[in-house]
Amino acid sequence: MTLAAMFLLVWLGSLLAGFLGALTGLGGGVVVVPLLALLLRVDLRYAIGASLLSVIATSSGAAAAYVRDGMSNVRVGMFLEIATTLGALGGAAIAAHVATGAVAVIFGLVLLGAATLSVRRTAGPPGTDGPADPISRALRLDGSYPGSRGPVHYRVRHVPAGFGLMAVAGGLSGLLGIGSGALKVIAMDDVMRLPFKASSTTSNFMIGVTAAASAGVYLARGYLDPLIAAPVVLGALPGALLGARVLPRLRSRVLRLVFAAVIVTLALEMIYQGATGRL
Amino acid sequence: MSAWTDQRMERIIGRLLQTGVLLSTVLVLAGAVVELSGHASQVPDYRVFRGEPPALRGFAGIARQALALHGRGLIQFGLLVLIATPVARVAFSVFAFLAEHDLTYVVVTLVVLAVLAFSLFGAHP
Repeated sequence: MTLAAMFLLVWLGSLLAGFLGALTGLGGGVVVVPLLALLLRVDLRYAIGASLLSVIATSSGAAAAYVRDGMSNVRVGMFLEIATTLGALGGAAIAAHVATGAVAVIFGLVLLGAATLSVRRTAGPPGTDGPADPISRALRLDGSYPGSRGPVHYRVRHVPAGFGLMAVAGGLSGLLGIGSGALKVIAMDDVMRLPFKASSTTSNFMIGVTAAASAGVYLARGYLDPLIAAPVVLGALPGALLGARVLPRLRSRVLRLVFAAVIVTLALEMIYQGATGRL
Repeated sequence: MSAWTDQRMERIIGRLLQTGVLLSTVLVLAGAVVELSGHASQVPDYRVFRGEPPALRGFAGIARQALALHGRGLIQFGLLVLIATPVARVAFSVFAFLAEHDLTYVVVTLVVLAVLAFSLFGAHP
């Protein structure tokens, strides 16, 4: 395959990956890595490096639209970024010492987990009443987002547990070159009880900072190839912006199911090829 | 200082992210055009991992390659701008929280900034 043909294929695939990533808050990385590694047979390290950059691009591109819509919770995002950036540093450090086959298997397992978690319904509606959580009150984490009938206020709970999960999410992001959006959404959605709209947009907001924390390490290690990263970034960006436009008009339940089906297929293939030494 | 509301801060952050992403896109696109106009029919092999040459790993080397208008250098410089965009957002938030007299979040944001600085400069001696 010539450079021009490869460029076009990677660009088209990344366009789709960015779109799906922004819609779900999972980030484009979960599609970009399998696309490059499984379909185009790009070495997993290059794929992860390029994916990490697409994750920064999709996050920053879509977050630009989200923050202006007032849907994300800036304080929750900023506070939890302490956990995700520290985790990301750890993950990037570990990545240097793990064989690519093992990374592929871990990638597949994480994808399966993300798909399972994103389909499962949350335990209950986010709390708008009841007493405020003391940590949440001290950090002024409670927030609101614009609903169809005026602003929707919500309380944020279980901050330490959410913080711990975020560190794990950051570690996986640094190891696998993904945004770990699913785990971030789960931590905010199920544990900290943010409404889905707020948690998915806040997650998207944090993903870029998390990915930037491991990107420096990947650059120094030579994992960032300009000719692979260029079409990935150029495709993921418009895809993510399009996704951010469509998001407010979509029902989140249908969204999760469709994306989960795609993820399961990719995950099983990653595990199989990683375990049999093909990646 | 009442003008420094969360809403205003969010608007500026939005614009900051947009500018960084746009600048990065222009650089990457320019680099891609240079590279494709010269080597479009080349057959690259990315199945084998070689790692990037040292010139495309460090800040100074990338800047030199970009200024010489080499395709790969321009792309890599654009990717650096992309990495710097969320970092710039965090740096801006420090000042914004300072202007809001929200010292708790000034500290929170400084911690995040320190971790990012360590990642970017700690690995580049």
